[in-house]
Amino acid sequence: MSIATLAQPVSRSSPLPEPPPPIMTMRGVSKGFGQGITRTEVLSNINLKIRPGEFLAVVGFSGSGKTTFTNLLAGLEMPDEGEVLFEGQPITGPGPERGLVFQNYSLLPWLTVRGNIALSVNRVFSHWPSRKRRDHVEKFINMVGLKHAAHRRPHELSGGMRQRTSLARTLAMKPKVLLLDEPLSALDALTRSVLQDEILRIWREEQQTCLMITNDVDEAIIVADRIVALNPGPRASLGPMFSVELARPRNRTELNHDEYFKGLRNAVTNYLVAVRQKDRDDQAARASQPRFELPELEPIVPSKPSVSVFSRSVSNSGQ
Amino acid sequence: MSFRGFLIKVCHVTGLPVLEPFVRLAYGEDPKEQFRGIAKFILVPLLAVGLFLGAWSMAARVVVTDSMKLPGPGETWNAGTQLFAMHFEQRRADAEKQREKARSAIKLYAQAKATEKIAQKSEDPAKQKALQARASVLKRQALDAANYVPSSAPTFVDQIITSLKTVFFGFMVATLIAVPIGILCGMSPWFNAAFNPFIQVFKPVSPLAWLPLAGLVIVWWYSSLQSEPFFSKAFLISAITVSLCSLWPTLVNTTLGVASVDKDYLNVARVLNLSWSQRLFKIILPASLPLMFAGLRISLGVGWMVLIAADMLAQNPGLGKFVWDEFQNGSSLTYARIAFSVIVIGLIGLLLDRFMIFLRNLVSFGNPAAA
Repeated sequence: MSIATLAQPVSRSSPLPEPPPPIMTMRGVSKGFGQGITRTEVLSNINLKIRPGEFLAVVGFSGSGKTTFTNLLAGLEMPDEGEVLFEGQPITGPGPERGLVFQNYSLLPWLTVRGNIALSVNRVFSHWPSRKRRDHVEKFINMVGLKHAAHRRPHELSGGMRQRTSLARTLAMKPKVLLLDEPLSALDALTRSVLQDEILRIWREEQQTCLMITNDVDEAIIVADRIVALNPGPRASLGPMFSVELARPRNRTELNHDEYFKGLRNAVTNYLVAVRQKDRDDQAARASQPRFELPELEPIVPSKPSVSVFSRSVSNSGQ
Repeated sequence: MSFRGFLIKVCHVTGLPVLEPFVRLAYGEDPKEQFRGIAKFILVPLLAVGLFLGAWSMAARVVVTDSMKLPGPGETWNAGTQLFAMHFEQRRADAEKQREKARSAIKLYAQAKATEKIAQKSEDPAKQKALQARASVLKRQALDAANYVPSSAPTFVDQIITSLKTVFFGFMVATLIAVPIGILCGMSPWFNAAFNPFIQVFKPVSPLAWLPLAGLVIVWWYSSLQSEPFFSKAFLISAITVSLCSLWPTLVNTTLGVASVDKDYLNVARVLNLSWSQRLFKIILPASLPLMFAGLRISLGVGWMVLIAADMLAQNPGLGKFVWDEFQNGSSLTYARIAFSVIVIGLIGLLLDRFMIFLRNLVSFGNPAAA
């Protein structure tokens, strides 16, 4: 037997290709509200990287700080600790490159559908000629299928139509990242699935990065590439990341019989339920523990030479 | 939207839901339901008014002193029609007088021209001078006659018009002061903290207390003026008193409206990076218009109420002065006329209120609130 040897060892100088830099990063982010005794910590030590072009879903129960989470990414709130980066730069406030779709639509009731969309277009693309802006507005009205209702005011629209308007308003700013804060949670199941498909279609067409907050695990699996769980608050932190390896387009009826889908749904749901149960158990345990009231006494410590004396002597000697 | 829907919407926006059953009935919508609506909005109020008139005429029979007597509805009505008849008679007489004056103006001017011609022709310089002087006198007389303004005492209708002018002028001044300050107070808690003591203290003050001070300031101001002022002193005192009293509801409501703009709308403004002025004009002002107009409505109501008292005291020739003068002159018609003007004051107040409801509903994003 002969042993084949290579004359020169080939060094693998080019390892795996570098993953693209994340478009948004949250690094050690904590956020609380109030001060002193009334302070509540909502989020603590959140670390997240959003890859460019992906659809990321954040699932969590209500009250776990989901809205604070999106507000931090949008720049409406500033983190108390840590930092939020957009394309490597820390964000200092809200901006049109991070489009936020509000949970409660937040349409301006005195403007029509067209007026609401035109408001953002006129602001963000103020350097465009008015003709181009008008065409841009019409394009996005058509994209969400509201051509017939463009002249109506929000109170004359159904919930689904309002959310479409809100979506069009945000999309028309051409954001690089689309932040959807429970956009469909106030809608009925039918409208919901229609709008999910539309959001996915627009996401594909516009090739944006998309982050959707939701409390619906099925919805998260249908729309997302990755799902991250948000542990219940207060002091909510991020749970594990689930990767959704289902081919697109995803068909709801077929998925209902898909073993992978069922397994993933169970995994995410079980995690959320378990973590909430643990949280409740912890709270119950804390409540049932006998509480020790410590007397307000200062412990007596044998006196040491005080620092101030020492520092004064140092400063004296320095003079 | 169909024409019917449009009409029904008009009924709501103008604050006249009374008319809605008629519109629906005209289109043949469930007549029984509409008649019920008509009964509720028309017949029942009419019945109540009838009962009130009955009680009033009974009271008129009972409430009698040596020198005075509570006027009944009939007497009041007669006094009212008489007031209007007097107004039209006065107008007719004034118009007659004016025509006469115009005729005499033409005649005088013709005479002046003729005199001038004779003056030109005459060769005697002394005579020419005298004739020319005569012509200029005639011309001046003609001018006076042409510019004749009837100087008859203001009639009841004139007084209503003066009152309306005064209240709108005062209301306008109040709005121009209250809205900007209200916006500042609503936008800046610091500014609000500075202004709050004034608002709290001056808000409950009665017009009668303001009036002498307002009068003092205006008398002082007028004494320093060289030229003839545009407004009469009494008018300005009344109007400023109205302003000072009707300022507060607008101010307080505007502050509330601006301060309570939905936080989501402000977030929209932040996401769009709107500038300060854009935020003010595109978000804050439109969002606070309904509350602002609710305040303006209360202000106009307060202003109208205050005006009557201010007119009485400042002797501004409006409805308040009419009531006061009637009370002072003590004819047999005095109380009937006062009763009539009470009703007129009430009806005008009602019209002003409806008008403000209409304006408020126009700016309420198509959600007219109940009147």
